[in-house]
Amino acid sequence: MATDAVTTTAARVRPAEVRNVSAGLWSDALWRLRHDPTTVAALVVLGTMVALALAADLLAENFFHRAFSDQDILSNYSKPSGAEPWLWLGTDELGRSQAVRLLYGARVSLFIGSLGALTALVLGLGMGVTAGYFRGRWDDVVVWLVTTLNSIPLLFLLLIIGVLFRLAPLPFALLLGGLGWLGIANYARGQTIALREREYVVAARIVGCTAVRLMVRHIVPNIIPLMIVLAMIEVGTLILVESAISFIGFGIQPPTPSWGNMLTNAAQYLGKAPYLIYPPGIAVFVTVLCLYLVGDGLRDALDPRLKSR
Amino acid sequence: MGRYILRRLGQAIPTLIGILVLTFALTRLSPSDPIQLMLGGQYDITPEDRIALRESLGLNDPLPLQFIKWVWAILHLDFGQSFYYHRPVMDLILERVPNSLQISIAALLVTVAIGIPLGVIAALRRGHIEDHGIRIFSVAGHAIPQFWLGLMFVLTLSVQLRWFPIGSMNAVGVDCGLCWDRIWHLIGPVAVISIAGIANLPRILRTEVLEVISQDYVRTARSKGLREKAVIAGHVLRNALIPVVTSFGTILLVFFSGALIIERVFNWPGLGRLTFEAAVNKDYPLVQAGVVISSVLLIFSYLLRDIAYAWVDPRIKAL
Repeated sequence: MATDAVTTTAARVRPAEVRNVSAGLWSDALWRLRHDPTTVAALVVLGTMVALALAADLLAENFFHRAFSDQDILSNYSKPSGAEPWLWLGTDELGRSQAVRLLYGARVSLFIGSLGALTALVLGLGMGVTAGYFRGRWDDVVVWLVTTLNSIPLLFLLLIIGVLFRLAPLPFALLLGGLGWLGIANYARGQTIALREREYVVAARIVGCTAVRLMVRHIVPNIIPLMIVLAMIEVGTLILVESAISFIGFGIQPPTPSWGNMLTNAAQYLGKAPYLIYPPGIAVFVTVLCLYLVGDGLRDALDPRLKSR
Repeated sequence: MGRYILRRLGQAIPTLIGILVLTFALTRLSPSDPIQLMLGGQYDITPEDRIALRESLGLNDPLPLQFIKWVWAILHLDFGQSFYYHRPVMDLILERVPNSLQISIAALLVTVAIGIPLGVIAALRRGHIEDHGIRIFSVAGHAIPQFWLGLMFVLTLSVQLRWFPIGSMNAVGVDCGLCWDRIWHLIGPVAVISIAGIANLPRILRTEVLEVISQDYVRTARSKGLREKAVIAGHVLRNALIPVVTSFGTILLVFFSGALIIERVFNWPGLGRLTFEAAVNKDYPLVQAGVVISSVLLIFSYLLRDIAYAWVDPRIKAL
């Protein structure tokens, strides 16, 4: 389908100055990406978010002068004000700075989203490509797993797991990845089935290429670009899932701040401090929106033929 | 058609077995003791009674036997007793399922009523401001956290403006089935949950309409002098909608999963809230049943979707 013309040598080719000659998949894509203002804007916002999240410790100590768990009962429920940096977004019921907690929440959300999506990418690619390549029993098992997991509403499944185990962010991210690979696997499997009968794959098999080498050298490079796009979108989806399950109290547990569990608090004090409800929600929305926009932009950049659709 | 439905039902069996094994295994992996949870704060129970209870519940049987007994009971619609309510789980669930279905069905209708026109408009006005607007709405609708949207709805429209009720299914003292009061209460949860569907549908429909509109038979219909509306409704839409039917799988999944969150935000006494409360109370039989029943409902909806698909497109049956 989409990536017929992809060559495995793409990464080694130097970007050309003039664009009427194709210089390989990735540099072509980069060139197209630079000319797509929406995607560039989304990338900038996303980059800023990541930078802020990474610098959370530094900022909390030197700029806000508050740790995320510092309580100040005397100034609880203070409305957002410009008086001091740590009051910019107001304080919660324990007088903790919302601005600082939002920063640390970004850390948790982005960490869980990206590690989860990476796990999903590895699992999905591994399961999908092997199922599509070997077919037979293994294929049946993978298809059965995908259909079964797709038939359980994800939040219900996470709820039952959440009742039984209290998960720290790292295992939680792995768990989300372990449940989020279905879409990627489905796509990888379909593409592999289509590619394995291609002449160049058959030729490679005839000259004695092993199955592993065939998959790694000839099939995966052809499908990896769109897989990365799917994984990018998965980061956004997993951030949404994490915030939802943390919101109902079965995801990331306080005192670790996550955008989801900050909203649990905010919902509880809706009458007294309605301003608490905006920042975490907007943060999730903007982050996921940017991830989806970058994913879409990247897909168009990798395969401009799709853009007209 | 009958044979197609039968075969499709047969395909659902392995999926169902998978769900049962997973749910059973997960609860058995739990570190806490079911007897302890069941008896809760009752301290006047002797160790002998505990052993007797354990034996009578079959908790000393080997795991595979327990599993088979559990499945056998489920096949007879028996999910056991709720630890918390001390009532049969199935009764509790049956009370709640219709409430959840009200939201899902209403949301499906709203999604179709708004999503289909939007998809057609986006295709017909391709590249124009309408198309861009719908595209932006689609991406934003996917990215917005449902529960947060629900909270915003409650905060602005219910608490501040007082246009809608804050939650629950009826006004106090009113219970009239599907009357205006119920519809008034449904607007919030349905509006919020439909956003996800409305964000999904136009994107897929737009692609399909663009595909169909360039076909020869559409040109023929136009050149024989048919009015544009008749071409769109009778020739384009009828064909473009066929692949869209499959996309309802994703939409239904979002609705079912979303019920858990939305019913909590809007305090709607449905299956989602029941399962959530059971989870808070560590009421394992009820949580298990909630997960199994919501999955079964989802599988059943997938089945209905596939039957609808085979019905609108006779080629499918042959596959």
